[in-house]
Amino acid sequence: MSNPPDVVTGDLEAPARTQGGAPLGEPGAAPSARRTVHDLWVSGTEAPSDMRGFTDEGAQEMLADESAAVLAAQTGTVVVDDYLSDTTPSGDDIQILNMGPQHPATHGVLRLHIELDGETIRRVKPIIGYLHTGMEKTAETLSFMQGPTNVTRMDYLSPLHNELCFSLATEHLLGIGVPERASAIRVLMTELNRVASHLLWSATTGLDIGALSMMIYGWRERELVLEFFEKTTGLRMNHNYIRPGGVAADLPDGWEVDVDGIIAGVLRGLVDYESLLLDNPIFLERTKGVGVLAPEEIRAYGVTGPLARASGIGYDVRKAFPYSGIEQYDFDVPVFTGGDVYDRFLVRFEEIRQSLRIVKQVRDTMPRGDYRTDDRKVTPPPRARIDQSMEALIHHFKIFTEGFKVPAGETYQAVESARGELGMYLVSNGGHKPWRLHVRGPSFAHVQVLPAMLADSLIADTIAALASADTLMGDVDR
Amino acid sequence: MNRIEAIAAGVPGAAVEDSLGQAVIRVTPEALVAAASAARDAGFDFFVDLCAVDHLTRDPRFDVVVNLLSLEPPERVRLIAGVPGDDATIASITGVFAGADFYEREAFDLFGIEFGGHPDLTRILLPDEWVGHPLRKDAPVGSVPVQFKGSADWTPGTSVGAPGTGHQLMAGPVPSADPFKEANQAT
Repeated sequence: MSNPPDVVTGDLEAPARTQGGAPLGEPGAAPSARRTVHDLWVSGTEAPSDMRGFTDEGAQEMLADESAAVLAAQTGTVVVDDYLSDTTPSGDDIQILNMGPQHPATHGVLRLHIELDGETIRRVKPIIGYLHTGMEKTAETLSFMQGPTNVTRMDYLSPLHNELCFSLATEHLLGIGVPERASAIRVLMTELNRVASHLLWSATTGLDIGALSMMIYGWRERELVLEFFEKTTGLRMNHNYIRPGGVAADLPDGWEVDVDGIIAGVLRGLVDYESLLLDNPIFLERTKGVGVLAPEEIRAYGVTGPLARASGIGYDVRKAFPYSGIEQYDFDVPVFTGGDVYDRFLVRFEEIRQSLRIVKQVRDTMPRGDYRTDDRKVTPPPRARIDQSMEALIHHFKIFTEGFKVPAGETYQAVESARGELGMYLVSNGGHKPWRLHVRGPSFAHVQVLPAMLADSLIADTIAALASADTLMGDVDR
Repeated sequence: MNRIEAIAAGVPGAAVEDSLGQAVIRVTPEALVAAASAARDAGFDFFVDLCAVDHLTRDPRFDVVVNLLSLEPPERVRLIAGVPGDDATIASITGVFAGADFYEREAFDLFGIEFGGHPDLTRILLPDEWVGHPLRKDAPVGSVPVQFKGSADWTPGTSVGAPGTGHQLMAGPVPSADPFKEANQAT
């Protein structure tokens, strides 16, 4: 940037809300609405008289009627009072509080701009982008072969779901299937990943609301899963294990014993957590009726996963749009109707049980066979074949230099990640790199619903409500 | 006639397509709001996703893609509207789905598509002063310039990316009063 650092330029104020919804792109109208006297102020000179509502970090004005009216009209129900209290306090009573981006309870770099009336939250504006690294642009520069390496770093607490979603989308465009054993391994690994993610969530959320022992227990049990991941994939996170065409390697010898150990260990721990938390009067006080979301808000904002299922919407991608043969295993989708932090705990604890139920079935019925497709255009040949066959050497060379070409087309694939519906919209133009990869991260929608969740609650409940949403900034900012 | 065909029948210029087994309704940019509204009334009331695609050489240049979901019965539909490159403007669907708010801001931020009628169309992922829209196909992939001693275009004492070194991280004109307008014209 060519400006000296103490000159503030750019669009500092949100465009004024036009009456009647006139388009913002109208020539002449928009730029003047966006400009403020503050833009021209150079620090060191006399400051403009009216500096309320501005910092050097961008728009500070919140929109009074952002979505309450839209929601009411859309749902035909009474979802109002999200932003406006009955009596508007005078300017002296309102306090603006910035939480984050370095606040420990945001679990990442989320910034909340909170408008307070005493201890009551009037409005909240989430400000994101602090972790944006342009991974969707990066995806366009990597081949389909390399794609999972990139997407696995997005939602870094359930990396295998990212890889699975990308692989399913690529395979859909290619029109290939994977062997039964590959599908079963994928289900096994992603369900274990869900368990690990929920355990970590229980641990950090427990910490946030004051249950320090929960923090230690959650990490302890999660370690069982991570050890198994390390043994299978070589890494504890960012595995690059599920790839288009199958998985990178077969399960290690004796994996059944490890899985049995995980199931027994986590189930034993789960009993501890429930007796530790669910009847504890302090815990009840801090979670019951806190951060409530109505089913109408769930639908309008596209909230999925445990948040939706705690609010009475029993949508689960695994049941609605089954993938990787997950429909052949018995499991239930827990649904609670309270919509508060307490019910989100119940949903996630029960989901851990259901995931372990799936894992147990996969362990008992693991089919024999290949762990990746034998289509040599997509998966590299076994190492031994390269010494024997010119054809195999050529395939190996082509795959690791150019990658494989994917027919032109577009597809949307979704999987149920630990946080909700993780979708990828993949466009190919017939080359060996994606033309466009859009990732619909569940946390992105969940950050967006925070204003509705927090409005009219107490400032002390912010931490519990925010933690219960399980927003992961790697998933939000990408 | 199934639900999706019924939605398309009520929207002028809409056509149903099958994209590898997934239902797609292609609509004109003017009809996107009407199509979203019709889909919502037909039961696709769960907003899932909105994103943009830059086809660069195609006319219209951009696609705005809206993913909707019906819970009972489980079914997806995708609305795709082509947006021309020289006038990348389309009406916002935040009036139909409140959840489209952040997604439209993201598409505006990364592609420079203006959503008319959006309540707060500001950059969401990038800093407010950013010039250009990086997910456009004509935006270069960023890189960290490596300066070697003796390099023809490096003067001792200058910092990496300083003007005149030929290694600007961000291409384009100097930021002006309305950065994205200028960047649009430059492309």
